[in-house]
Amino acid sequence: MQNYNFILAGVGGQGTILTSDILVEVGLKAGYDVKKSEVHGMSQRGGGVESHVRWGEKVYSPVVERGKADYLLGFEMLEGARWATYLNPQAKVYINDHKIYPPSVNIGQGTYPEEKNIEQLLAERSTIFAWVGAMAKAKELGNPALAGVVMLGRLARELDVTVEIWLEVIAELVPAKFTKLNKEAFLAGRKMK
Amino acid sequence: MKKLLTGNEAFAYGAYLAGVKVATAYPGTPSTEVVLNCAKYDTIYSEWSPNEKVAFDVAVGAAYAGGRALCAMKHVGLNVAADSLFYASYTGHKAGLVVINADDPGMHSSQNEQDNRNYAKFAKLPMLEPADSEEAKRFVPLAFEISEQFDTPVFIRTTTRLSHSRTIVEMNDSRRIVPSTEKIKFERNPGKYHMIPANARLRHTVVEEKIRKLAEYAETFAYNVVESGNDEIGIVTSGVTYQYAREVFPKATYLKLGMVYPLPKQLILDFAKRVKKMVIIEELDPFFEEYFKTLGIEVIGKEVFPIEGEFSPYLIREAAAKADLTEAPAPIKPVSLELPSRPPMLCPGCAHRGVFYALKSLNAVVHGDIGCYALGGSPPLAMMHTSGCMGASIGVVHGVDKVGVKDRTVAVIGDSTFFHSGIHPLINVLYNKGVSTVIISDNRITAMTGHQDNPGSGQTLLGEPVEQIDLETLVRGLGARKVAVVNPFELDEMLETLKEFMESEEPSVLIARYPCVLNIKEKHPVPEIDLEICTNCGTCLEIGCPPLAKTEDGVAIDVQLCNGCGLCVKVCPFEAIKKSNDQ
Repeated sequence: MQNYNFILAGVGGQGTILTSDILVEVGLKAGYDVKKSEVHGMSQRGGGVESHVRWGEKVYSPVVERGKADYLLGFEMLEGARWATYLNPQAKVYINDHKIYPPSVNIGQGTYPEEKNIEQLLAERSTIFAWVGAMAKAKELGNPALAGVVMLGRLARELDVTVEIWLEVIAELVPAKFTKLNKEAFLAGRKMK
Repeated sequence: MKKLLTGNEAFAYGAYLAGVKVATAYPGTPSTEVVLNCAKYDTIYSEWSPNEKVAFDVAVGAAYAGGRALCAMKHVGLNVAADSLFYASYTGHKAGLVVINADDPGMHSSQNEQDNRNYAKFAKLPMLEPADSEEAKRFVPLAFEISEQFDTPVFIRTTTRLSHSRTIVEMNDSRRIVPSTEKIKFERNPGKYHMIPANARLRHTVVEEKIRKLAEYAETFAYNVVESGNDEIGIVTSGVTYQYAREVFPKATYLKLGMVYPLPKQLILDFAKRVKKMVIIEELDPFFEEYFKTLGIEVIGKEVFPIEGEFSPYLIREAAAKADLTEAPAPIKPVSLELPSRPPMLCPGCAHRGVFYALKSLNAVVHGDIGCYALGGSPPLAMMHTSGCMGASIGVVHGVDKVGVKDRTVAVIGDSTFFHSGIHPLINVLYNKGVSTVIISDNRITAMTGHQDNPGSGQTLLGEPVEQIDLETLVRGLGARKVAVVNPFELDEMLETLKEFMESEEPSVLIARYPCVLNIKEKHPVPEIDLEICTNCGTCLEIGCPPLAKTEDGVAIDVQLCNGCGLCVKVCPFEAIKKSNDQ
């Protein structure tokens, strides 16, 4: 059984926690031993949020070891870039084409890194790097909060788990009135390159 | 059935299985969700007490009267409850009493990283430490059995990483213990429960005997286990650190300690004989290491693994490699790209912002406290000059006053923190003729830990409506005469009142009241910026509101983030920011 180490990183309010909850439940349903870790507390106050999800035959640590992440899902460019040192050389990286400026940049005292530099940083440490237009797709579907699930759909393309399991877990974890929209967002992501 | 539960959810489920009658806590990251989840079981009476000491005493009372009781708190919460901890160790109790105590290595959301295993030794109580959610669940009923067998409170230690990780738990509702109602009765026994010196001296003998017996029990405790591997290296560890160590040393022999105090002497001596090299991997203090050294065992410990900070598999691998205990990790190329940090900030629409903007305008010195408003210390507001622990602000400001500094010094404390431990120091200011100004930044909720109700919010943890404590009447009752309630978004009134209070020769209390906008989900139309008028002077950026950003053409508002509170409209010196037309 293959092991998978995922890191999901975003800004508070982007749905990082819900998305990683879906990812870890899918692993369980697909027959893996799974663990997930994140740090709560400050997430609603606009700080960075990260989740570690692991699937495998037998998983010990709930956190991914630096240098051993197989997949990085960045819901925001800068937050994605922050996890560069966690990638293993075979990693695949998907970053939402979306910026949220941190306070130092807002008040003109810091500089947001250029896209091409972020791409270079992550691409040279991975086998696949892709920008994902998840925010644009989510807005097209009518709700920017869906971007996380679009990203998850993109990740799902790479994983050997049936689409039925993904949709089943989404239905279980997302409030009923948003289920349809979230399934649409997931399937849209699954079609993206 | 298998389910994914966080450590905290698993503790609550364990409490349900153990037939807990009463669960109490004051919220504190990372322990908040323990009692929050206990409240979801209708068999458990659960409450938010105003502070950890009260929570602990309530749990003791329940256990005295025959109901199993659980109390949860973060590491520093136990400092508040410590007085009660020590008498409960002496008295014991009729039914079981279990304290879930969460340490925060790495200080994800705490002011220090104390190692509370020391409290177990200090108060002479047993302490268990689970390593995943399944053990978290199992350890609760087990801790109650130990508690009742040895007539003692029992600790279960957790850490942030265990409390907030989600791992697989076997659900076994059918094994739930249904508590018998016949046992519920307070039986008079002052010799045991009334801790005057004559009784307490006798109880001390009982306590020493108890901890001796517990040390014997630890020898055969089912979760102190030796896991056989290659005996070249023997690893001694506990909790989530065990999981990290397993990643780095997959083939070693392990002594995994499920009971971290008292320690099993004979088991340890036998383990020491068996393995060639003994390596102790423990977060924070050398708690095991010091004990092992008293047994004359040679160990590798804190000279390799740090005393500070949170561990991770990588940290352990890197440290162990330096001591030639394992191979070095593959080198990781350093990142040369500069990545600006993203610290947490006061939320868009947060009323605390008005308080700190007013304090900044008056160039105050601010003695702060624990809560969201500690973020008022972050740039650009940067208006908190001291903060230490829950309730410290008002005592500290009084000390500054009494040493002779009169100028522009105030205390800022939140409503929940005021109920927790701000009332006593305010009594002190008033009784001892202080002249300090105290601002209670009252948002009607315990916000930082995720919006738990408190005595000011009008609702209990179980969702029952209740009378809100009237802060104004309370502080007047304590003797404060200069008291005002101000909406912090009314900047002019805020500034005027604050200035008058700070310059006054009598003590004053300013209640800055506006509900937490995240909690009441309030949102107003987004203001508009007239770029013809905006001079890009940067005044509005000084309030540190996340949606406001400097651009080349002037300031821009992120309409998705903006809450429409209108504070920026009030601070703009050129009236370039206007309330939206549809408002």
